[in-house]
Amino acid sequence: MPIPPDELLEITVRSLFVSGVATLLGSLIGIPLGTLLAMTRFRGLRLAKAVLYTFYGFPPVVAGLIIFYLLSGNGPLSRLDLLFSVWAMIMAQLILVIPLVAGITLSSVTDVDRSVLDTARALGASSRQLRATALLEARSGVMTGVMVAFGGAVSEVGAAMLVGGNIQYQTRILTTAIVVETRMGNFEYAGALGLILLVITFGIYYMMGYFQERGPK
Amino acid sequence: MTALLELDNVSRRFGDVEALSGASIKVQRKQIIGILGPSGAGKTTMLRIAGLLETPTSGSVVLDGQPAPVTGSLALRRRMAMILQKPVVFRGSVMRNATYGLRVRGYPDGQARRLVAPLLDELGLAGMADRPASTLSGGEVQRLAFARATVLKPELLLLDEFTANLDPANIALLENGVRKYREGGGTVLMVTHNLAQGKRLADRVCLLLAGKLVETGPAEKFFEKPKTEKGRAFLNGSMVW
Repeated sequence: MPIPPDELLEITVRSLFVSGVATLLGSLIGIPLGTLLAMTRFRGLRLAKAVLYTFYGFPPVVAGLIIFYLLSGNGPLSRLDLLFSVWAMIMAQLILVIPLVAGITLSSVTDVDRSVLDTARALGASSRQLRATALLEARSGVMTGVMVAFGGAVSEVGAAMLVGGNIQYQTRILTTAIVVETRMGNFEYAGALGLILLVITFGIYYMMGYFQERGPK
Repeated sequence: MTALLELDNVSRRFGDVEALSGASIKVQRKQIIGILGPSGAGKTTMLRIAGLLETPTSGSVVLDGQPAPVTGSLALRRRMAMILQKPVVFRGSVMRNATYGLRVRGYPDGQARRLVAPLLDELGLAGMADRPASTLSGGEVQRLAFARATVLKPELLLLDEFTANLDPANIALLENGVRKYREGGGTVLMVTHNLAQGKRLADRVCLLLAGKLVETGPAEKFFEKPKTEKGRAFLNGSMVW
């Protein structure tokens, strides 16, 4: 029996909410982190960059496992009682989003022409204003990082399944629903869910692309 | 009288190369000082050190009698403005570029626009204010860089080959801008390898050869009768470096 339309809408909205919040929070952490790493010289910077880039390929299921451990009965965050909730799914996706956003921001800001930053300093920019200028100059790359991170979050299934549990009306999202429908042999329906996911992702990327091209006048 | 800027025995080394070696100059207020010399003589390094964009390996920069540290010198940097050898534009419109320095100093957008508008007009950029700065030609970028720096009314204006690659009309426009700025009480430290420009604008000159300051003095005297053999050779176009 395929998922009824009202539940389908709920699943779709939940998917967007989980990945959207994870991307938003991850960007709020990842963009300043990447900018700071790109513009600060300190011992261990090379190691910090290597660790960050390693996390690009972090397996979602391992991210789920970490959050599962933290939130489960014996875990340090068990008191929060968030296991098998959308917040647990957001936390797991955050682990995937932060390195992507921070790493791509780091590369983009590092690529900003040194003479642009020299000009900003020569015109009286403070360190903070210099970082803001570099970020603005690198915004296409930074936006790409956010888009890539959102793509990774909205399409992952392992972490969401592990810490969300794919509970109907509570934690089921498009990707976990596709897994369930496929297991039940509803291939056409699973395919339709996949198509919805693709269309929504396309719409969001289209909007992000629009903002990527726009800048301050 | 205390000099506005003093470089005291300043050296700068990049790896094995000593770009500047023990240079000392004093920049008095309301003067245009020309730093002359061939390419690779250390002129830009000297200017960047004066503009607190580069830390000297040894020696000190003194502003108004006070040693100027490079780190944490925002207040001092804001008393100067520098135009780099190859001016670049930030993303955004011509107006947004022109008001950059004012905005980082906390001027509201509207006020910054009002302050910069007459300068853009003078430099023939008024009609381009809303255009993306990335669409400007090389000459227009140089004029924009001049407006962007001089609108700040810095005590010290640092210019690095500010008319390189410009046509005579644009050179005259910017040189007049420099004279006007000095008449308004400003001080200029200017790097040029263009001797004619040095002669036209500078009150005093410093001649740098291979990182060493070989001669300083009033421009008129230097161009008429240099004190040193190397100075004479440089003016004669000999290969002195």
